[in-house]
Amino acid sequence: MADRKFSKDHEWIEVDGAVGTIGITDYAQGQLGDVVFVELPEPGRKLAKGDAAAVVESVKAASEVYTPVSGEVTAGNQAIVDDPAKVNAEAEGGAWFFKVKLADPGELGGLMDRTAYDAFLKTLA
Amino acid sequence: MADQHPELVLQRTPLNALHRALGAKMVPFAGYDMPVQYPDGILREHLHTREAAGLFDVSHMGQLRIRGADAAKRLEALVPGDLQALAPGRMRYTMLTNEDAGILDDLMVTRFDDHLVVVVNASCKEADTAHIAKRLGAAVEPLQDRALIALQGPKAAAALAPLAPDAGRMAFMSGAYMRVAGIDAFVTRSGYTGEDGYEVSVPADAVEALARKLLAQPGVKPIGLGARDSLRLEAGLCLYGHDIDHTTTPIEANLVWTISRRRRAEGGFPGAAIVQRQLKDGPARLRIGIQPEGRAPAREGTALADAGGAPVGRITSGGFGPSVNGPVAMGYVARASAATGTKLQAMVRGKPLPARVAALPFVPHRYHKST
Repeated sequence: MADRKFSKDHEWIEVDGAVGTIGITDYAQGQLGDVVFVELPEPGRKLAKGDAAAVVESVKAASEVYTPVSGEVTAGNQAIVDDPAKVNAEAEGGAWFFKVKLADPGELGGLMDRTAYDAFLKTLA
Repeated sequence: MADQHPELVLQRTPLNALHRALGAKMVPFAGYDMPVQYPDGILREHLHTREAAGLFDVSHMGQLRIRGADAAKRLEALVPGDLQALAPGRMRYTMLTNEDAGILDDLMVTRFDDHLVVVVNASCKEADTAHIAKRLGAAVEPLQDRALIALQGPKAAAALAPLAPDAGRMAFMSGAYMRVAGIDAFVTRSGYTGEDGYEVSVPADAVEALARKLLAQPGVKPIGLGARDSLRLEAGLCLYGHDIDHTTTPIEANLVWTISRRRRAEGGFPGAAIVQRQLKDGPARLRIGIQPEGRAPAREGTALADAGGAPVGRITSGGFGPSVNGPVAMGYVARASAATGTKLQAMVRGKPLPARVAALPFVPHRYHKST
């Protein structure tokens, strides 16, 4: 987990080789409330850093999930489409959203590590 | 800075401290600091209300008394509802209309021999009071020192019975003065969830003690505004400012059932001629239920097209219905597209999602039937 990074939009990314797995943070799922619908990007879709890549909807509202890195989508997590409540139960575990083949690993440098993200959350309280 | 913008200072209901003690997430609503949800979350709170009983703080709503033996007749000059047909202790849902037959607010009116009790929306209460007083004068009295709580769900009657033995005998859509846990209260058997239940008006300084007693009854949990919204949407009930407003008429809003034969024939309320014309010729558009076919919620503001892609209307309330376990919505469409089962397309994030016109309510009402 040492190489997990976080964005200010409350996404996390964990990189294994050239592929990053992206999800939303536990803080984000708590803010959303009960997740009832997830829409994921199709494999093959090319994303630029900051693009709205996925949609997550709670009972109350719809939110977009922005990709913290550029690249091509290689997979989506069908398990959270079939059971959106998984996003609440295991946001930073099994409820990842999609995987991206990184176009520019240098973009990771602009993200926060766990310590910096936790400090960032404290500024939002 | 709050002191430079006094209009941004949120008002608090007398239950504010209790909401916080119960761990509520507070949000601004109609100028009040209100609980949108408690730690259980909207989904569980919604389902709990349908299975057991939910306690809602609705103290932000406006409560009025209109004095006079002729109050029912006089208020009829402002609403299309048949208030004179109400027996003492019975209540009715109606609306204040303007000269264009637009809806200024929707309200509940309970009739007694020498007065009416009226409950109006929080965001409209000052305007409503002024509007009614302009016609009825000093007979109108805002009940500002009173709180209002709603107890809703199939176990509501059992939960209220130990505190108010007479409440169990009340018919749905009736009101009575009685003591609840020793407190002088005005109780109606009514609500905004599609379930059996009550609304209880008590002095502001007594409401926290009463709320705590109700929360101690078996099956009662506190429910926030989030679940109140999803419950009323599944029940097909209008939310003022969204599903109805000054641009929609009662006929367009499919509230024909609230207007009796006498009032349709006699008129005598603002916009009556327009209502009568729409009753005769049919309105150009109608409020309908909308069932999206997939899992994606279609929310307020979503454009609606017919099967051929021509624009026919828009969604005015939409989201996820926890009891339906799927997306539900309501909105207005051109009359030609309003028949139940008509195929529609909801334009969600630029994509047309298949939907169809659905009968309202989405979840059958389970109001108490008098024996």
